[in-house]
Amino acid sequence: MPSRIFVTGSGFISGLGNNVQENLTSLLNLRSGIGPIRHIDTVLKDELAVSEVAMTNDELMRYAGLNDQSAYSRNAMLGIIAASEAFSHAHLHLHKGLRTGLISGTTVGGMDECEKYYQDFLTNDSKNRFIDIYDCADSTEKIADHLGLRGFITTISTACSSAANSIQFASRMMNAGKLDCAVAGGTEALTKFHLNGFNALKILDKKPCRPFDASRNGINLGEGAAYLVLETEEANQRTGNPVICELVGYGNACEAFHQTASSPDGTGAYLAMKKALDMSGESPDSIDYINAHGTGTDNNDLSEGRAIERLFTGKIPYVSSTKPFTGHMTSAAGSAEAIISILGLQKGIIWPNMNFSTPMPELKFSVAAKMIRDLDINLVMSNSFGFGGNNSSLIFKKYGIH
Amino acid sequence: MTAKNTIYINGLGNVSPQKTADNNRFLDEVSRVESNRLACFEPNYRDFISPDILRRMGRLIKMGIASSRICLEDAGCRMPDAIITGTGLGCMEDTEKFLATLIRNKEELLTPTSFIQSTHNTVSAQIALLLKCHNYNFTYVHRGWSFESALIDSMIQLKNGRSVTVLAGGMDELTNGSFEISRRLGLWRRKPVDTFGLFSHPAKGSIAGEGSAFFLLSSVPSHQPYAILDNILTFSLSNHNKLLPSALSSFLERSGTTIGEIDLVVCGMNGDTSSARHDKELTGLFLNSGIAAWKHLSGEYMTSSSFGLWLASMIMKHQVVPEAAVVRSMGDRPIRTILMYNHYLNLNHSFILIRKP
Repeated sequence: MPSRIFVTGSGFISGLGNNVQENLTSLLNLRSGIGPIRHIDTVLKDELAVSEVAMTNDELMRYAGLNDQSAYSRNAMLGIIAASEAFSHAHLHLHKGLRTGLISGTTVGGMDECEKYYQDFLTNDSKNRFIDIYDCADSTEKIADHLGLRGFITTISTACSSAANSIQFASRMMNAGKLDCAVAGGTEALTKFHLNGFNALKILDKKPCRPFDASRNGINLGEGAAYLVLETEEANQRTGNPVICELVGYGNACEAFHQTASSPDGTGAYLAMKKALDMSGESPDSIDYINAHGTGTDNNDLSEGRAIERLFTGKIPYVSSTKPFTGHMTSAAGSAEAIISILGLQKGIIWPNMNFSTPMPELKFSVAAKMIRDLDINLVMSNSFGFGGNNSSLIFKKYGIH
Repeated sequence: MTAKNTIYINGLGNVSPQKTADNNRFLDEVSRVESNRLACFEPNYRDFISPDILRRMGRLIKMGIASSRICLEDAGCRMPDAIITGTGLGCMEDTEKFLATLIRNKEELLTPTSFIQSTHNTVSAQIALLLKCHNYNFTYVHRGWSFESALIDSMIQLKNGRSVTVLAGGMDELTNGSFEISRRLGLWRRKPVDTFGLFSHPAKGSIAGEGSAFFLLSSVPSHQPYAILDNILTFSLSNHNKLLPSALSSFLERSGTTIGEIDLVVCGMNGDTSSARHDKELTGLFLNSGIAAWKHLSGEYMTSSSFGLWLASMIMKHQVVPEAAVVRSMGDRPIRTILMYNHYLNLNHSFILIRKP
């Protein structure tokens, strides 16, 4: 019999704020993090809108209390800040006897420093200390060191579903009896590398993104990090942590359609959501809200919208994409949006799909354009889809509901 | 879903610096070179991939697809229930290509192909795409634990009954750029060396390598499985002494075995004096077991343990340690239990235990 998996902590840094409370305040005040590029030195500076974390690298270092003699990528610093918040939230530093794992998702790794020093790496030894931090595992190792975690740690990279998959894998490790609790999520700093990659794919919108709108024209990228603390029911009895909610279902499927595009009928999205729903044992009608992947590209929103229509044949839940707030946080999107969904679950709020005005003619349903308050919300679903058709869906349930 | 306890290795596919792509051969002709880097013997990719797709595909993707196809065919599996890969650095060739163009062109006139292929999950996604496999698909990217994480996930998938067959693999490619950059960090021998003298002439640095090895793991044995994948552990050691022996004994105890029952230790020694300490400590605990090694055959890379598991599985099936892999002979002892030990740069340690089916 698998153990119940409880969420008992969260940490979140994004363009909306440096911790969960600041993110929540921005969401409640309909304040988007999207604006002009301030930190990255790129020729696209005046062309693109992004959601950057407000602090510079020096400020992040001071904020996180780090020693600047060591090499830290922006990715690692964002990860350390969000994971530390989650870790402290669940008072895990007090519970030494628990087998606590760290599972983190990222794709750009230390590319932010590598792209500055690549020529130096190849021709001289002046920047060698930044070589070691290029790979994806570096940020995870730095977070583990910072939190004093010496047990199981690993890194997942499935592009934009990395953080959602970290949460799934953490849960499976706990159910397999290999961990008592876990810090799971993802981190991704903006880099010239992926800003230019998405730009070359011609899927970035210069204006604020408009997911599920007939006039949608692409993505605004964002950056940040978000982590959940997950505990088994047994571990929770030992920590005594208040349960925020329960992770009751997750699904992972591969679209196997195209390396970057989604299929027109949304097979991968449908399968991921269906698997999550089947695992939760809940009926489609009982899902109250879907935090959609909703990137704002022509392709994703049509594909995901059709998959939602296919799975939810009766009542379609409230649907919104919160990417107009945070931007597309790529490898951190899954855990960031899980936290946003959970905040909605706790507060009885359906987050609005900002910048929405005209429904897509291809879809029968329309997204939630305005914030809805004072609802009784029991079950929320959060979708994350990545390059390679790596699609994932998570379902969280209010604690104590049967 | 019913819990399954035994996991079989039903098929293998290995593209490496040795002629391993043909499963009917087992290191009968070994490549011994004077070099500080090893490159794969690559099969004719047209045997596995249609020419129109092949043209644009990065090298690691080609290596991954070829080795996974060999593996699926070997196991007689057409559609795995899950595809789980581990890669330390992913598609380096495409990453470097996009990065170099970005710098050279000052962010102008970029084409997306190499960016699309640069993400670490490209290999497992392309395998799924060519198979039209919509099932579970995951990629782990944690240095010397990338392949091990993929195996841990695979074992969970099989044991909880969610999958009956899992295609699991580890892969990394060596490019000129990544070789040069890691050479600056002192990872490799400064001058070309006789690869077969790697252990008898230890010095600073190892030899760089690459490869892609896949395993078809299943809760149902094929008519002649290679081995039983019994247990796996990833762990780290602080500088404190005696931690390795205690990690070993608790791993063996949890696996229901003892030092005396280990017939062969397949050890990831790499000839680098700065990382020999743990290998010596570990092999020193096994007085009566045989010892075999693989990094003089594959070179060192973050997922070289996938070559190590290939070697261990082939040894189990053929009940012979090829001469090229012998560090200490085990005489005529039958091979029932093999312990694999590896670590990457003294940081990411792992044990893998396999048994005779």
